Amino acid sequence: MGNKQTIFTAQQLDAYQVGYGSHFLLFYRYRDLAPQLVPLDYTNQPDVKLPYELIGSMPELKDNPFRQRIAEVFSEDGEGNMTLDDFLDMFSVLSEMAPRDLKAYYAFKIYDFNNDDFICKSDLEKTLNKLTRNELTEDEVKMVCEKVIDEADLDNDGRLSLEDFQNMINRAPDFLSTFHIRI
Amino acid sequence: MARSVNFDLSQPDVEIGLESPADEDVVHDSFSRLIEEQSENNRLSAIELQDLQQDLDEEGRDSLAGLSGPAYRGWRLGSDETEEDDNERQTDRLLQDKLSSATLRILSSMPSRTIGRSRGAIISQYYNKTMQLRRRRQSRPAIKDFSRSARPSIRGYGVEVDTTDSAESKKERLVNNLQILSVGDRERMLRAMPLNLSEKKELRSLTLKKTKTHSSSKLTCCSRLKFYIIIALRHSWYSLLSFLHSLQLWQTRLKKISGRFGSGVLSYFLFLKYLLFFNVFLLLVTGAFLVLPQALYPPKLHAMRRSFTGLELLTGAGYFSDTLMYYGYYSNDTLQRNRENCIEGNISSSASPQCDSNYPSYNMPLAYFFTIGMAFFITCIILVYSMSKSFGQSFRIDKSHAMLAMKAFCSWDFKVIKKNPVKLMSENICTQLKELLAEVNHRKFKNTLKQKLHKLLVHGLAWTICIAATTGCLVGIYYFSDYMHEQERLHDVSKGRLLKEASLLALPVLVSFINLVLPGLFNLVADMENYNSPSIRTYVALSRNLMLKVSVLGILCYHWLSRVPAESDCPSSKDQDPTCECWESFVGQELYRFLIIDFIFTLLDTLFGELLWRLFSDKVLRRKRRPGFDIAKNVLHLIYGQTLAWLGVLFTPLLPAVQILKLLLLFYIKTSSVMMNCQAPRRPYRVSQMTTIFITLLCFPSFLGASVCVTYTMWSIKPSGSCGPFRGNESMFKAGKNWMDKLEKENPHLSLLARAHTYLVENPFFLFVGAGIFLIVIYFQSQVVDGQRKIITLLQEQIENEGEDKKFLISKLQSIHEKKRTPARRLTSQDSG
Repeated sequence: MGNKQTIFTAQQLDAYQVGYGSHFLLFYRYRDLAPQLVPLDYTNQPDVKLPYELIGSMPELKDNPFRQRIAEVFSEDGEGNMTLDDFLDMFSVLSEMAPRDLKAYYAFKIYDFNNDDFICKSDLEKTLNKLTRNELTEDEVKMVCEKVIDEADLDNDGRLSLEDFQNMINRAPDFLSTFHIRI
Repeated sequence: MARSVNFDLSQPDVEIGLESPADEDVVHDSFSRLIEEQSENNRLSAIELQDLQQDLDEEGRDSLAGLSGPAYRGWRLGSDETEEDDNERQTDRLLQDKLSSATLRILSSMPSRTIGRSRGAIISQYYNKTMQLRRRRQSRPAIKDFSRSARPSIRGYGVEVDTTDSAESKKERLVNNLQILSVGDRERMLRAMPLNLSEKKELRSLTLKKTKTHSSSKLTCCSRLKFYIIIALRHSWYSLLSFLHSLQLWQTRLKKISGRFGSGVLSYFLFLKYLLFFNVFLLLVTGAFLVLPQALYPPKLHAMRRSFTGLELLTGAGYFSDTLMYYGYYSNDTLQRNRENCIEGNISSSASPQCDSNYPSYNMPLAYFFTIGMAFFITCIILVYSMSKSFGQSFRIDKSHAMLAMKAFCSWDFKVIKKNPVKLMSENICTQLKELLAEVNHRKFKNTLKQKLHKLLVHGLAWTICIAATTGCLVGIYYFSDYMHEQERLHDVSKGRLLKEASLLALPVLVSFINLVLPGLFNLVADMENYNSPSIRTYVALSRNLMLKVSVLGILCYHWLSRVPAESDCPSSKDQDPTCECWESFVGQELYRFLIIDFIFTLLDTLFGELLWRLFSDKVLRRKRRPGFDIAKNVLHLIYGQTLAWLGVLFTPLLPAVQILKLLLLFYIKTSSVMMNCQAPRRPYRVSQMTTIFITLLCFPSFLGASVCVTYTMWSIKPSGSCGPFRGNESMFKAGKNWMDKLEKENPHLSLLARAHTYLVENPFFLFVGAGIFLIVIYFQSQVVDGQRKIITLLQEQIENEGEDKKFLISKLQSIHEKKRTPARRLTSQDSG
């Protein structure tokens, strides 16, 4: 592993403090995914993007049913191909030090499958099917979706907006500990 | 991610295209999704379709929508006036048909709909937040500055809800605001923003650039140097932090555990790590201030020093009893360099002129007293702080309000990464969802009277069994400890020395055995009771275990602090009987024994409870399911061990070292055992709530009890006369008073301090007043919390009312727009309504 001083410039290091988590460790993890693509020297900010297949093969994400959505939400192009900045962003939001609102914002984006900035019934159905590996019957899924929208929808438009979601998350103290990936 | 948009309404199943969220000027056309739903529901006729098509052609790029069904739920809220009923009915009718494009455009650019949608919206939201932060930092707004209306007006808060500005100007304003904030606030704001890392870097560099250009003109040579030094320090601090982060204790192991078992089991190991840090802190304090000075000046040893046999490691007596480990070793006199010239054994060393304070001296009794006091005080502060932080995170305002939603969104544990545990977790979540659904649907089902009575009887029986078992064990411990104590004092020379020392182990073995067996009994009883809700079952098990451990510790403390000192006045004999000579050392040894035996029993429990049971169930019973890891029971056991350690610090300054060793070994053994033998618990485990409960239990019964015992010992019990730093005094507390008197004698100028000491510390009146003030502060704080709760209910009502207002305005807007159209259309809509 190269000298830490030669990977990033001082300004880059300073700038990375806006994230949470150890960026050196994360850099090495990023590099380990594709050592031939990722250079050891990031001082001149090379334009390297790892394809989604590599990201999705990480042990932390391999068996997670939401891995594709996670990669899509944090990637710049929305397809799951991540630069180093995207990668750092992803793991800093998913670290234990990120504040609740930040996590709630990104969780909302992850569960919003059709990217319309609302969690509608179909998004909920997809979420539930991914959670339970399609073990719930059609009727049960429908009932659960109805009840969820019933409980959480505050402005009564039939789907969950970001505020509804954040309101609900504020009442769930376990969210901080479950929406967390250890690196 | 732009895809083409299809407005062909005749195909309701068309794939709806979406614009990239970064495009702010486009009308939000997710409503087009609702079109198809509404069109399926209402079965629009062909004529109306044609009309709509004409509308489309007229008004350009538009989309039509109705509001979906559930929107009407909220409409029938609380108004009895017929006028409003009329309005509502009219609006219902209007909205059932369609909303025009103008309304839709307005709706889609409402501030609440834009937050979270686009970068510009985020920037303006954070601009508002920084404005509020600036205001808060500058001054607290007085209550009279707030508007008188019942509803908070937006103008009053200076919030600018201006979405017509361009993104660039918004960014400018945000950067300006960020500059004005302090560095800490700025960093916090930047970190909390839900923006891309590159955008945050850009904002940050813009902010720093501006601050640099402001100040670079005024920099002199010295301040520039200071600036660079600060930058270099910050850089090294960041690298240190990242180094520490990578060096975290046991990170790989914890990651493996969380990967296979989830957050619940992980919380046990994190709690263990937390306790370890407390003990390290205690060891550092006692080591630096007590053990080290005494080790540098060893006292004269007794003539009969026992040799080392292996049994000492278990009993702590024998060779260990005259070492640094115990209270008895510590001298009661100031330690000085010229020891040979000083007279030993004096309480105040004012006799010999050579023992003057020209050499650095170290007053051992005072050091002992203050070290223990300070250690406890700092531990108390740390505990209360972490308890309040944990409580703040896990506090919930309404209970069981949105259970299903929370289960759907918050129950997936992202830490679990292995394939089989992931499958297991999916199954668990599926089961829990089904159970919740069943519960929600059958909530109306109530028990008959007979069933209620039956349940009550079963619960009563279970509690009777538990309490009876506990009481029985307590009585047993009481009499057994008395018997063992008598046996030791009999000085029976016929028994061998080794056997006599081994018999000291009998009481710890009994207590540990009870601590192991009774929780199993409680589990069996709970199985018989058959609780409906798993959380109630956990709480009941926890309270029963707690009751057992608290009462066991209570009996033991009574035995150690009342019986042992009272019976320790024996005539001076040449026999090295620890109970006669030094009851504090004896109690310290007892605590050491308890810790060691407790550890051995935990090992045995892990071996038999987990390993052998797993082998048994695999080979003999051929069950696929492995035993679960009982988190609550194990955490309570850790708390019990820590209480013993805290009780023992006064008598055994090196006990934290023993506890550290024990915790380290326990960590490795438990992790290996869990990985090999157990599986994740099937019942849902609320991590934050349980962690808060455990930290509270650590603070209140455990630490409070230990500190009460230690305070009682220091205050009231007479220290033994022939050993330890407080020998000869009436109580340990008197050492402080003696020092005060000595100080007053030597230095008359400090008489004020001595008098203050007499009036404040020794007079109980001051303590009463202090406690009274403390209680008053607590009362005020609880009133503040009550007031805040009331405000929360009021605000919730206001949110509902605002929602009503919004709907009303939308419908009015729609009706105005409708009136502008041809009257024929209004006729047809009224007909169909």
